[in-house]
Amino acid sequence: MTVTEIPTRRITTAKAMAEAIALEMRADPDVFVMGEDVGPYGGIFGSTTDLFDEFGADRVIDTPISETGFIGAGIGAAIEGLRPVVELMFVDFYGVCMDQISNHMAKIHYESGGAVKVPMVLMAAAGAGYSDGAQHSQCLWGTFAHLPGIKVVVPSNPYDAKGLMTSAIRDDNPVLFLFHKGAQGLVWMKKNPRSIADVPEEAFTVAIGEAALAREGTDVTIVTLSLSVQHSLDVAEQLEAEGISVEIVDLRSLVPLDRDTVLDSVAKTGRLLVVDEDYESFGLTGEIAAVVAETDPTMLKKPLRRLAVPDVPIPYARTLEYGILPTREKIAAAVKDLMA
Amino acid sequence: MAMGSASTVPVVDVATAGLRASIDPAGHRPKEENMNSPNRLDLYRGMVRIRRYESRILQEYHADKKPAWDIGAGLIPGEMHLAAGQEPTAVGVCAHLEKGDAITAPHRPHHFALAHGVDMNAMTAEIYGRTTGLCRGKGGHMHLFDPGNHFSCSGIIAEGYPVACGQALAFKRRGTDRVAVAVAGEGAANQGAFHESLNLAALWNLPVVFVIEDNDWAISVPRSRSTATASNADRAAGYGIPGVRVEDNEVEVVFEAAGAAVERARSGEGPSLIEIHTLRLWGHFEGDAQAYRGADLETVDERDPIPRYATALLESGDLTEDRILTIAAEADAEVDAAIAFAVDSPVPAPEDALLSVFA
Repeated sequence: MTVTEIPTRRITTAKAMAEAIALEMRADPDVFVMGEDVGPYGGIFGSTTDLFDEFGADRVIDTPISETGFIGAGIGAAIEGLRPVVELMFVDFYGVCMDQISNHMAKIHYESGGAVKVPMVLMAAAGAGYSDGAQHSQCLWGTFAHLPGIKVVVPSNPYDAKGLMTSAIRDDNPVLFLFHKGAQGLVWMKKNPRSIADVPEEAFTVAIGEAALAREGTDVTIVTLSLSVQHSLDVAEQLEAEGISVEIVDLRSLVPLDRDTVLDSVAKTGRLLVVDEDYESFGLTGEIAAVVAETDPTMLKKPLRRLAVPDVPIPYARTLEYGILPTREKIAAAVKDLMA
Repeated sequence: MAMGSASTVPVVDVATAGLRASIDPAGHRPKEENMNSPNRLDLYRGMVRIRRYESRILQEYHADKKPAWDIGAGLIPGEMHLAAGQEPTAVGVCAHLEKGDAITAPHRPHHFALAHGVDMNAMTAEIYGRTTGLCRGKGGHMHLFDPGNHFSCSGIIAEGYPVACGQALAFKRRGTDRVAVAVAGEGAANQGAFHESLNLAALWNLPVVFVIEDNDWAISVPRSRSTATASNADRAAGYGIPGVRVEDNEVEVVFEAAGAAVERARSGEGPSLIEIHTLRLWGHFEGDAQAYRGADLETVDERDPIPRYATALLESGDLTEDRILTIAAEADAEVDAAIAFAVDSPVPAPEDALLSVFA
């Protein structure tokens, strides 16, 4: 039997996203990109790198600073059958366009009784860690996941970013694709080496709604997503030397939420830590806790732990910011606490 | 609670055979017809059809909300925004549209829906919340979607404008000559979405016609207390596109202004804005006592555009008294059938609420 080598190379998450978009644009003339600085600049966080050179201004459209206008235009184009990939530069900017996102993009399919489809990707940068302050550092995925009608995808690494972006573009539903700036592999921002990884050159999909076991273990389950997966993997490697075996569930999407993978892992380890860079209250960590509690709280050997941003805006000064972010140190301490 | 007055168009039962045979109920014009010469009978018929519809919905809406008026009660629950008095805008604009052209309408959508060819039965069933409705009972009167006619509406002021830009963008990208019409009231012209859309459409030279229905009232706030400029058409100049204000709520004047705008969009010359000074004959929504309207309310019936147009057509010989009765009866028969269809249709099962969140 011959084993066919699939060509891969090490690329950043940002490049993986752009590559997925390029492959879909080559395959489907209905796919196009629009947003602020997505053209020659290539997206402020690299999500549209090199697309303008290949596809030109007609398919990679720089928009005015007019998020209600161009997100609404994306919705209109999508209901006419095109497949727009629209970038909202920072997810924090949702405030100026939330009506289009929540009252239109998310609801049109349902309101129409299924008659109208909105096959659109809305991608946005999320996350803190580089002192960008309260209006440019939020994650907010819990906010969007709370609103029915939007698939919410949050990759943690280059492979998933490419596969999930391909799935998002091919999906007949609106998909919010949130990428963490700190996991993009940008040359101008501190990064974890996990933001650069082997990715196949060809198009492939990662199913939306399937969590990944980022690491198998037996003592503690960490349920998390995005950059916190990278941190958790670092912590797990460190704790392995101390005799603690950590299993990591990378949710990869909030909507749909892969409850089975979470429950299977918790049933195995009996200890649960939920790590989230979004705000703590009324969010992902509480939702995961509810999934376990509603299924079988006795599967927990100890009360679960939540590690999220305490309910404060993201502060500017480095000491303050890292004071509230779920850092490796805090993750390690929480795991040890669960093992104590 | 004050109910709006019913239409002044008389209703009688007369035989109607054959009169509608060659007429597209939407009033869409065959392409070869001269855009500049309106078919007056079609315009009149289109307006009467809408008026008879709105009048009947008005009746049915209130019929089972007695004695204690409860907005959520009855066969037609919820808010109800009727378009009586605004028929000239929808009929005058839609007379230039073809199958495949798009419309995004606001919270007061029935007149544009009917004028654009949305099926009256399916629309009525939706208003009654039935499984045979356009949206299987999930949308209601402010959220009507008819993808076959590229018709949609939104209950959020001005937010249909960006969506129309996107439809126009799709039409343009695909190399078609289709146009998108975005409709909103004068109160919407102070929203950011309005201005963002004008800029985007002008910047990208999109085939959009922006229609503002100025009915003088943003619910209870007169335009003098909401809008810094005398004419929203002037705002078009800020985006380098043509802006026209139609001061008369007359269908032929609207027809003429809309013809130029639609033709401009269809021929690839870009967007235009038309503000039509129209008339809200009834309340903002049903149940609106309209105490705020003062003297304005005393003259609304005199300003009703339909009897006025009928008089003009009688004088010009385009219409006869008999024909007036026949047209009204035809409209009533169609509305009766639509109401019957809706009332006879099944209500959705509660568990259907869980369907269609995702495709």
